[in-house]
Amino acid sequence: MTTPTRKPSLHSAEHDRYFSTVPVGALLAELATLLPAGNLLTGKEDLKPYECDGLSAYQRLPRAVALAETEAQVIAVLKACHQAGVPVVARGAGTGLSGGALPHEDGIVLSLAKMKQIVRIDPLARLAVVQPGVRNLAISEAVASFGLYYAPDPSSQIACSIGGNVAENSGGVHCLKYGLTVHNVLRVRVVLIDGEVVEFGSHAPDAPGLDLLALFIGSEGLLGVVTEVSVKLTPKPQSAQCLLASFDDVLKAGEAVAAVIAAGIIPAGLEMMDQAATAAVEPFVKAGYNLDAAAILLCESDGTPEEVAEDVARMQAVLAHSGAIEVRVSTSEAERLKFWAGRKAAFPAAGRISPDYYCMDGTIPRKALGTMLSAIATMEKKYGLRCINVFHAGDGNLHPLILYDANIPGQLQTTEEFGAEILRLSVQLGGTITGEHGVGFEKINSMCEQFASDELRAFHGVKSAFDPHGLLNPGKAVPTLHRCAEMGRMHVHAGQLRFPELERL
Amino acid sequence: MSEATIQGFRERILARQPLRIRGGGSKDFYGNTMSGDVLDTRAHTGIVNYEPSELVITAKAGTLLLDLKSALAERRQWLPFEPPEFAAGSTVGGMVAAGLSGPGRLAHGALRDYILGVTLMDGEGRVLKFGGEVMKNVAGFDVSRLMAGSLGSLGLLLEVSIKVLPVPVAEATVRIPMNERDALTAINRWAGQPLPITATAWLSDTLFVRLAGADAAVKAALPQVGAGGTAISAENAPWIALRDHAHAFFKGDAPLWRLALPTTSPALTLGTPLIEWGGGQRWLRGEHDANHLRALARSHGGHATRFRGGDPAIAAFAPLDPVTLRLHQELKRRFDPQGLFNPGRLF
Repeated sequence: MTTPTRKPSLHSAEHDRYFSTVPVGALLAELATLLPAGNLLTGKEDLKPYECDGLSAYQRLPRAVALAETEAQVIAVLKACHQAGVPVVARGAGTGLSGGALPHEDGIVLSLAKMKQIVRIDPLARLAVVQPGVRNLAISEAVASFGLYYAPDPSSQIACSIGGNVAENSGGVHCLKYGLTVHNVLRVRVVLIDGEVVEFGSHAPDAPGLDLLALFIGSEGLLGVVTEVSVKLTPKPQSAQCLLASFDDVLKAGEAVAAVIAAGIIPAGLEMMDQAATAAVEPFVKAGYNLDAAAILLCESDGTPEEVAEDVARMQAVLAHSGAIEVRVSTSEAERLKFWAGRKAAFPAAGRISPDYYCMDGTIPRKALGTMLSAIATMEKKYGLRCINVFHAGDGNLHPLILYDANIPGQLQTTEEFGAEILRLSVQLGGTITGEHGVGFEKINSMCEQFASDELRAFHGVKSAFDPHGLLNPGKAVPTLHRCAEMGRMHVHAGQLRFPELERL
Repeated sequence: MSEATIQGFRERILARQPLRIRGGGSKDFYGNTMSGDVLDTRAHTGIVNYEPSELVITAKAGTLLLDLKSALAERRQWLPFEPPEFAAGSTVGGMVAAGLSGPGRLAHGALRDYILGVTLMDGEGRVLKFGGEVMKNVAGFDVSRLMAGSLGSLGLLLEVSIKVLPVPVAEATVRIPMNERDALTAINRWAGQPLPITATAWLSDTLFVRLAGADAAVKAALPQVGAGGTAISAENAPWIALRDHAHAFFKGDAPLWRLALPTTSPALTLGTPLIEWGGGQRWLRGEHDANHLRALARSHGGHATRFRGGDPAIAAFAPLDPVTLRLHQELKRRFDPQGLFNPGRLF
């Protein structure tokens, strides 16, 4: 008996594709022959660990998980899925916070976690070539003896993989000075959905043609699967010092951030925590934060000892002038790390004081920090939920942590509404719904507020240029126009209705 | 008025004839031979938003680069990638479309690293806005950065938002006598250390090094880097002349080739190069066999561009592999389905 040939439908900007009628039985049998024994998981118990990523609020079981160990296996798996018309969700360490690696219920998860070789380190050229499953921090550890490190440091850096960092364009606490993933990756090797292998970027300063490397970084697994990453290594600063400034008013703290930048200083890190956040971390970490302060700022300078001394003196003056009630300067490496320990413990602390928390990731212009903080305070009353605020203040990236209890019926939904309102305000203030965590599954509806239908169409155009049938991570990152219309979330710049061409239910 | 200008652009596009997008024309020589009628962007001018404490400036594409830079200089800020101004009249849109960076590329990154957002008109006359004015933004594909160096092949830039930085407090340049091989070794070694080196240039057995940053940092690094060298004054430093190709090396009509190579690539035995970006950008003058040059660059992991002059029949840019070319064509088809914008100039 011959299987009737199906003409696979093409990816479209208008409607989500559904894959529930695509048979996977033959594909699973084929995948089993393409992978080493034990590397195709299909049993429910084996699939369970893959049902979500770092955002556990959303869970789905895939049809199978394929664990690739080599690029050849990645090619084979993608070709087979392409042939069968079955969706593929690539996954690294699964630490993402936006549900980007949430499985597709009719698809395959392609895990790159076993591809964790450091292929080559070239200290003279200041670069390392690594496989996608290598952990972010493992790169810095491997090159430490050369006085080098990999600069982007997302808070999950102990666990997150470089492949995932590329997919999300991850940031961290030092990106104001050292940049995001896009500024620190030189080249990626990518397998496209049809199994073709291509390289974007170069070990040279640039590559001919369009900058497909920039387009690919942050594409959330929608354009291709990374099998090798060349990262730029940065000389380790000789020294670093941190200032801990306390303010009796969050607005003053926000203004101090602008004042530091306006003074011509680019701190290595510039973080803000509000009183609720310091109160949450201090009992656990004993970082020495002033609990009476309405907000604290952490300002770090790094570089040569001379440079740091000069910067610290200037920052101290600016912070004092901006109305800080107390400014402390770390006098030792141990004290510097103690100052940071509180900030780094903010997420775990939220987990200790509340059964669940929901982390937002909007970015706003720095000058709007005060407006945003007052608005969040109002929303806390409106939704009856507490929110603790930690900000990458230097680049305007906010991580409000909304505290809730998933066991109380309806509270997750209220939390999502709270979060969506923060994101809506971020867009209204001239910012974005996501600074570094990605859109993934979580914020796909908020995309309808940030972008008009023409821009969404352009994104779908980019997607279809790489993946015409829409098999890579479908339903993530870029909403279809139908979804936006259905959700009733409309891009409302200038008060115009943006989807007049679509019928409404 | 802006709205009328934009409508004018749209009408030109909807006329469905090939268009050659042009700002000040200072880089007319760059890329493959152009066809189509000129679409002049210079009526679309003005700084839309500049807030120094936000480290971002937004300007319309026809704004003079000179005007943008003076606005920044007033607030002691700058474009750290130091874009070239090959002739008076360079525009912001042309700067982004060409994607070229100057001496500061070594330490501060390339133009594309500073692009935060763009507004463009696509090949159907639609105005599309990507990115924004904030430092961190991962919503949607990074179409803004894709425009950097796209040579107008995907759309007509209307506005761009660019990250800016404070001008370094202190700066010093030293001149050190050194042969090519030793210079390449030295600059690669220095680059692996936390030194405030922001530009290098080597030619005629002389290495120029620029240090910039905090006053104390520059003073501390000078003895280490400048040993055996001579300090030269800011006015005599070669950086602006190198940036704008006003330096003697660039004079005359001989073809100019640009090689982008990994910095650790060895000295090439090909004429007398000018080497910038710590070894990453190497310029050659004169007639060179394009195939040979491209094969050589490729063997080191780089590529060669016929930057200015030479035989127009020779492709300006190194050929793309078939898969990359297919992706280029597919993207072009999405943004510019009729193939109106700068046909053939980039690929």
